[in-house]
Amino acid sequence: MLDFVLFGIFPYVAIILAFAVGIYRYFNDRISYSSFSSQFLEKNTLFWGSVPWHYGILAILLAHLLALIFPSAWMIVPDHLYVLEVSGLALALFTLVGLGFLLLRRLDNARVFRVTSVMDWILVATLLVQVDMGFMVALFYRWGSQWYLYTAVPYLVSLLSFDPQIQYIVTLPWLVKLHIIGGFVIIALFPFTRLMHLVTFPFSYLWRPYQVVIWNRSRQSKRSK
Amino acid sequence: MDIRAQVSMVFHLDKCIGCHTCSVACKNIWTDRKGTEYMWWNNVETKPGTGYPTLWQDQDKYKGGWEKKEDKLSLKLQGRIGALANIFFNPSLPTIDDYYEPWTYRYEELFNAPPGDDQPTARPVSLITSRPIDIEAGPNWDDDLGGSQLYAKNDPVLKNSTEEERHLLNEVERNVFFYLPRICNHCLNPGCVAACPAGAVNPGAMYKRGEDGIVLISPEKCRAWRMCVSGCPYKKVYYNWATGKSEKCILCYPRLESGHAPACFHVCVGRVRFLGILLYDADRIQETASVNDTDLVEAQRAIIQDPFDFQVIAAAKANGISDAMIDSAQKSPVYKFVKQWKIALPLSPQFRTLPMLFYVPPLLPVLATMKNGHYEVAGAGEKGMIPLLTSLEQARIPLSYMAGLFAAGNKKIVEEVYRKLIAVRIYMRAKSVMDIPASEVQQALVSGGTTEEEALAIFQLTSRSTFEEHFVIPPLAREMNIETTVDPDTHKQDAGFGFRKIIKRRG
Ligand code: HEM
Ligand code: SF4
Repeated sequence: MLDFVLFGIFPYVAIILAFAVGIYRYFNDRISYSSFSSQFLEKNTLFWGSVPWHYGILAILLAHLLALIFPSAWMIVPDHLYVLEVSGLALALFTLVGLGFLLLRRLDNARVFRVTSVMDWILVATLLVQVDMGFMVALFYRWGSQWYLYTAVPYLVSLLSFDPQIQYIVTLPWLVKLHIIGGFVIIALFPFTRLMHLVTFPFSYLWRPYQVVIWNRSRQSKRSK
Repeated sequence: MDIRAQVSMVFHLDKCIGCHTCSVACKNIWTDRKGTEYMWWNNVETKPGTGYPTLWQDQDKYKGGWEKKEDKLSLKLQGRIGALANIFFNPSLPTIDDYYEPWTYRYEELFNAPPGDDQPTARPVSLITSRPIDIEAGPNWDDDLGGSQLYAKNDPVLKNSTEEERHLLNEVERNVFFYLPRICNHCLNPGCVAACPAGAVNPGAMYKRGEDGIVLISPEKCRAWRMCVSGCPYKKVYYNWATGKSEKCILCYPRLESGHAPACFHVCVGRVRFLGILLYDADRIQETASVNDTDLVEAQRAIIQDPFDFQVIAAAKANGISDAMIDSAQKSPVYKFVKQWKIALPLSPQFRTLPMLFYVPPLLPVLATMKNGHYEVAGAGEKGMIPLLTSLEQARIPLSYMAGLFAAGNKKIVEEVYRKLIAVRIYMRAKSVMDIPASEVQQALVSGGTTEEEALAIFQLTSRSTFEEHFVIPPLAREMNIETTVDPDTHKQDAGFGFRKIIKRRG
């Protein structure tokens, strides 16, 4: 029963929360959407934190996602498996180091400490636990890149098709299960933290003209062309 | 031709007394909130000096503005992909230490101090951390420190001068400085807007207003990617560390829209400031910003259009610019200084943002040296009078410095400006003191490329003008002027009661 609440119901609660609150915030409190950069207050340690953290976590999230979308491409010969496992482990370590720097910086630098909200602490702590667990899963339960395809992937697919099949994962070790729950906790945290900055990633910069001119009055009605 | 109107400015540096009244007026109105304490949307620097933030003109350090590669312009900061790759950490961002850590004092300690032999003191505490700090820099930390080995000597503009010229500036007799008030230039080709990546689908966190060219930030759309701070070569975009939003000079648009001059203009004690509309051709922005360094000033003069030319007027009207706005452009003092008289120059045009704040450079004191126990002015005649006509050759600040500051190194342009300013001075002195022979006055007018009428007009607008002549406020007051820009019938439909979204009839 507990398993069903945690793996069959909680994921939906988390996702609904993320969407509902995120959209509500977008329409009612858009001004609070910000990455809240603290680089202006401290620049040196941020480099060693923010860069490995972001490149690491984005690569890791991408790997989780790609395996979910193209599981067949992820089933590979044992030789390549070593490479995949080692690079996964290295990536997790890289990300953890970045997060470690970010956390220490927030604790150590008086200026950055001042601009850290309660939600920032909760977020960074949750991320630390989650990435740590991911790292340990990779370390202690080898070949995760393969068993993931037969456990978590069908489970996530079942979630997406509104027919949660928790039997795929309930028998997994508790560390792995905690890692799955951690993922949904972070999704639930999304709209309550600065994580919202992720969904405003400025893609349009790649093609929009450099200069932006905004007319207060409709220009069409004025231009007689 | 795509004629647009731009609220533009002229600061007459000869008149600036460095009192900082402008900065304080601005601070009181706009930047006395948490996170903005260090922001000086208007600041007054001592030049030669390092400025605020320190060394802002050094683009090897801050990577602001545009760079010309072959014939194409690119942001010095980074390309489009670079912007997304550097979004987690912007290598060129200044930190608060390039400005100063804002502070206050524990005033209560003055009252609570126990009786004792010493004077009680109020300790300075940081406004960020609330902890006691040692004050290492502050607003105008290098005020009046001309000749300082720490500040004046490190002015990046001095790169334009020779070793010898720089050496001479350090001599005690030559110690000299002037004031440079700065606000946002509301550029035609702003680096800040171009550098701001914000907008997943809908850009416009930083934008230029079409109707008047004021450059603004929308806090609703700002996501603290903090590229604007780097993109602006003048460092006139400031990051609010408390709210996670950038802020900048808004040219007091709420004041302009109600018919008032911006606060820093209104309060200016030296009456340094002029404000008015310039009409320009928006189709030529790229081409103007891409000419060679030494042609930049000329090109910027050329993009500004004559508001009396009937073709320009027709094109302006076709673009929806109202008669009242064209009238305002015709009365603009900025047009006279910049285009007609050609004595106001853009600040650091080599950054290629096409700044729309122009400066009349200061006349510089001539050199005097100690001889036989008193100061002797080089070239002074029997009467000991300062040699007006040759005062430029004997100026204490080298022309190369002024050319570096106001003409991207083009000495000829700066010299022409100075010759004209000197001519006006000689002409007016001859008129009022009557101690200069007519032939010399004529010679001065010729060398300044000017006439009696023009010299008089320059004098009048510079020194005798009224408030209304200084500030020709464009017709931006929406509720009063909208009828002149929009067909009354359309206006009636736009402004009345209705729905924000069109309702589609279904069934
Ligand atoms: C598309 C992707 C992303 C972009 C553009 C982005 C951008 C940023 C930026 C600009 C900052 C501010 C850094 C500074 O202080 O200057 C930041 C901070 C942060 N981001 Fe991201 N981010 C992205 C993805 C993510 C993801 C996927 C996560 C976590 C799951 C994340 C977690 C964080 C955290 C925790 C911080 C605060 C770091 C700190 O200062 O302690 N970000 N991000
Ligand atoms: S001076 Fe700076 S802030 Fe102002 S418009 Fe130009 S680039 Fe932007």
